[in-house]
Amino acid sequence: MFLKNFLTHLGRYVIMMRMAFSRPENMSMYYRETLRQMNDIGIGSVMIVGLISIFIGAVTAVQFAYQLDGTLVPTYYIGYIIRDSTIIELAPTITCLVLAGKVGSNIAAEIGGMRQKEHIDAMEIMGVNTAAYLVMPKVIAALFVIPMLVAIAAFISIIGGFAAAVPTGLMSTAEFVQGVRSFFEPYNVFMMFVKSVVFAGLLTSVSAYQGYYVEGGSIELGKASTNAVVFSDILILLADYVIAVLLTG
Amino acid sequence: MIRAENIFKSFEDQEVLKGITTQFYPGKTNLIIGRSGAGKTVLLKLLVGLLSPTTGKVFYDDIDFFGLNKRQKRTIRMEVGMLFQASALFDSMTVEENIRFPLDMFTNMTRKEKLDRVNYCLERVNLHEVNDRYPSEVSGGMQKRVGIARAIVLKPKYLFCDEPNSGLDPKTAILIDELIRSITIENNMTTVVNTHDMNSVMGIGDNIILLYNGEIAWRGNRDEVMESNNEVLQNFIFASPFLQQLRDLALEK
Repeated sequence: MFLKNFLTHLGRYVIMMRMAFSRPENMSMYYRETLRQMNDIGIGSVMIVGLISIFIGAVTAVQFAYQLDGTLVPTYYIGYIIRDSTIIELAPTITCLVLAGKVGSNIAAEIGGMRQKEHIDAMEIMGVNTAAYLVMPKVIAALFVIPMLVAIAAFISIIGGFAAAVPTGLMSTAEFVQGVRSFFEPYNVFMMFVKSVVFAGLLTSVSAYQGYYVEGGSIELGKASTNAVVFSDILILLADYVIAVLLTG
Repeated sequence: MIRAENIFKSFEDQEVLKGITTQFYPGKTNLIIGRSGAGKTVLLKLLVGLLSPTTGKVFYDDIDFFGLNKRQKRTIRMEVGMLFQASALFDSMTVEENIRFPLDMFTNMTRKEKLDRVNYCLERVNLHEVNDRYPSEVSGGMQKRVGIARAIVLKPKYLFCDEPNSGLDPKTAILIDELIRSITIENNMTTVVNTHDMNSVMGIGDNIILLYNGEIAWRGNRDEVMESNNEVLQNFIFASPFLQQLRDLALEK
């Protein structure tokens, strides 16, 4: 039963994505919609991403300072650990988990609401490829904008670490800067962007799928919105592990 | 012309349509009537291709719709306009943007040409100075008229209306009926209206089919309704004692 359900959903997801990436009827309409989505997903999420990132950096700084206290590890390592943990793991993963909640649920509710109010039927009858018009611009917008948000999150997170560590006397500015500049591997930034692109694709397409095939009333729409977040989160964590294995192996 | 040929439709174990064969003619308002649950909406959704029949065929001017591939179906659909029960106007767009949407998507018209066409359609449905309003800012009757304007903006050959009068007061309902009928005649469109409104039946029913338990129980036009002895039709049309008295009076006259 579980396997049958899984295969049914996988099949429908693949069909939807294939339709979503077929040739657009009118390129300028899709372009405009993509820009609108970039604004909604990107600009609309900067505040929450910034707020979360500053605390992630701050907590990382305080907790590593606590763990390294009384050890022989030099204090400037706190800066190094903040930088690398942020770039490799915390910025892409936490940001995308948060975006799955904010953007993912919004996408599922928006498309699901359109399904229930017969907007999708109306577009179908006009001859619009609804999967393409409703899904493709969201996915493409997310693929461009979410890596930018993740980069911003990583930067703010390091600033948050500085704000928590230096003014409170855990370490000096010089030590923090030395830590942040030590042992830098550009490959880690590449890994951050790979993760953010994969997570962006997952969270938007899975959420769009949940909304696109919603049936019933407001309870089902609520469930679809919840499922969008839950399944996106699970797939992001799974993909995080797979990418970690593949790119560090 | 649209022709449905031996349409059967089942949902799991439940057979909703049982061998529907009928024709819908151009320049006429073709009505599908019947009680709730008779299969009207399913038949309408089948005709526009939102559902597929279990067996049977739908022909648009002798073209087998379900025999076409997706691209060919889209070509046919660009000749179809539909008015939905709840209008299905896009909430985030203004009235003008709603009507312009099919033009933006499918035509290479200039901005001015599009605006002229939108204004012509709004004029045609007797709406003025609502271009910049959102659907939530206009009344139910006005939303229906915007829905009609959007449905006819691409000059369709076929117009489908799903319960166009639901939720409207009798006067507005009659206005909407008259609008649908005049647009149909003016453009020689094949119009299919799904309704259980008796004013519509008697006012615009050029060609009527009555669905009962998934089958066609009666067919005719509005002039034949009064004189028909079909029990299902009589029970449906003259459901209340008041309407029965009215019918008797009319027949006496």
